[in-house]
Amino acid sequence: MGVGIEVNNLNAWYGTNHTLQDITLNIPANHATALIGPSGCGKSTFVRCLNRMHETNPIARVTGSVRVGDLDIYNDAKPVQVRRRIGMVFQRPNPFPTMSIYDNVASGLKLNGYSNRRVLDDIVEKSLKNSALWDEVKDDLKKKSGASLSGGQQQRLCIARALAVDPEVLLMDEPASALDPVSTSKIEDLIFQLKSQYTIVIVTHNMQQAARVAEKTGFFLNGRMVEFDSTHKIFTNPSDKRTEDYITGRFG
Amino acid sequence: MRGESLKSKIRTITDHAVTVLAVLATVLVVTPLVVIFGYLVFKGASSLNLAFFTEIPKPEGEIGGGMANSIVGSGVLLGLSSLIGVPLGIGGGIFLAEFGRGTALANAIRFTADVLNGVPSIVMGLAAYALIVSPHVSFLPFLGHFSAFSGGVALGIMMIPTVCRTTEEMLLMVPHAVREAALGLGVPNWRSVLSITLKTASPGIITGCMLAFARVAGETAPLLFTALGNSFMSTSLNQPIEALPLQIYVYALSPYDDQHRLAWAGALVLILLIVVAVSLVRYVTSRGVLKGAS
Repeated sequence: MGVGIEVNNLNAWYGTNHTLQDITLNIPANHATALIGPSGCGKSTFVRCLNRMHETNPIARVTGSVRVGDLDIYNDAKPVQVRRRIGMVFQRPNPFPTMSIYDNVASGLKLNGYSNRRVLDDIVEKSLKNSALWDEVKDDLKKKSGASLSGGQQQRLCIARALAVDPEVLLMDEPASALDPVSTSKIEDLIFQLKSQYTIVIVTHNMQQAARVAEKTGFFLNGRMVEFDSTHKIFTNPSDKRTEDYITGRFG
Repeated sequence: MRGESLKSKIRTITDHAVTVLAVLATVLVVTPLVVIFGYLVFKGASSLNLAFFTEIPKPEGEIGGGMANSIVGSGVLLGLSSLIGVPLGIGGGIFLAEFGRGTALANAIRFTADVLNGVPSIVMGLAAYALIVSPHVSFLPFLGHFSAFSGGVALGIMMIPTVCRTTEEMLLMVPHAVREAALGLGVPNWRSVLSITLKTASPGIITGCMLAFARVAGETAPLLFTALGNSFMSTSLNQPIEALPLQIYVYALSPYDDQHRLAWAGALVLILLIVVAVSLVRYVTSRGVLKGAS
């Protein structure tokens, strides 16, 4: 089951560049939350702070607190423990090129030392079914490389890989921006199904996409969160002038 | 309109010209290789027989004999040098690309590796001579006399820079997205480097190892005062050992026609050995590569 995320006073830097300023918000459990905003507004940095991927960049720095469920991820846990509980799907599909489809899905468990074959088989099947890829790949699980799939299939493979470690939260950083419309709609259907079991945070450039999949939407601008509210309210009656300008296409 | 068609004509001509030049360059590069190999087969193949592979050299002036001891000796020397050069080289490359990036230590190692790569092979032999062959420490094995061990060490050290730098470059070519995928799954960095990055880069790293191997397989100079040569069959690391390039060197300079013949055959076998070793490694490492893997 998913858990909620409480973000308090989060600030992030790349070198001297203050990319996130005083972000405070509550992301509800078992819902999809969309983050929108123009390029460079800090929304990607924000999701990368939620699973401590931000700090893999040596010049990056973070202050503030993030609670995922009852875990304070910056004070009570190591980065690897945090990332096992919070799955991430990246902008470009990034399956491990040398691994089979099966191994890609099982990689999170295998690389962390888990090796019970029967359990792995079950988890791989369940994860691929959850990511709506099972029927397309079930005959080539161990024969084909993850890199041999189409872009959309690769992205669903990456989702299956993230689901296999049974995370509580799924972060998606523009998961469909490199995909064609058909694959995009498959990913959106998937988000719709998955949000009953996981808390989903999705960064997107595409406002229709945010409107279609998310209950809550946050609008980011220049490293600040301008507005965070129900998706319906953001798109029909935003309280902030800048949000309105953005969603009506006046800039960005 | 006219100008347009003239332009497109010039473009077509340029295209053809460049194609012809590229083909010409390829031919220029390949021809010497084919000629050398052809000449080697022509001169050496007639002297290849079973005895060449099973017998050790006959005394001076006698006809016949073979190079069994050299073939085995080269195998021992190359085996030892690979055991030294490949792990150290790959380990160094991993450090340079993954853990030491930007540190003074990494820069020092990179610089040393590049210098080492340019050191003449005979100097490498001298170094092994000074460090292993000349010092006498009675209770330590391998020290104080000519030995297969000292030759293998000299060759092994020569392999390190090539292996190290190719490993580094191949690791740096692995896309950042692949590393992020592993980190995003909660895989510790060291595990991600060993199981993901290294594996993704392995085809290039193996090529680097093979290049280094092929290079030292033909080295004569570093063996002159380390492995020394041995007219009898030996597999001991503690004894002087024969090697194909050494034997070829000695026979090519000899006054006997029969030994010239054997030298040609030896050169052919040396090349074939390298080809076989490289193909074998390629075959073994390409098994298990999946459809569509990049």
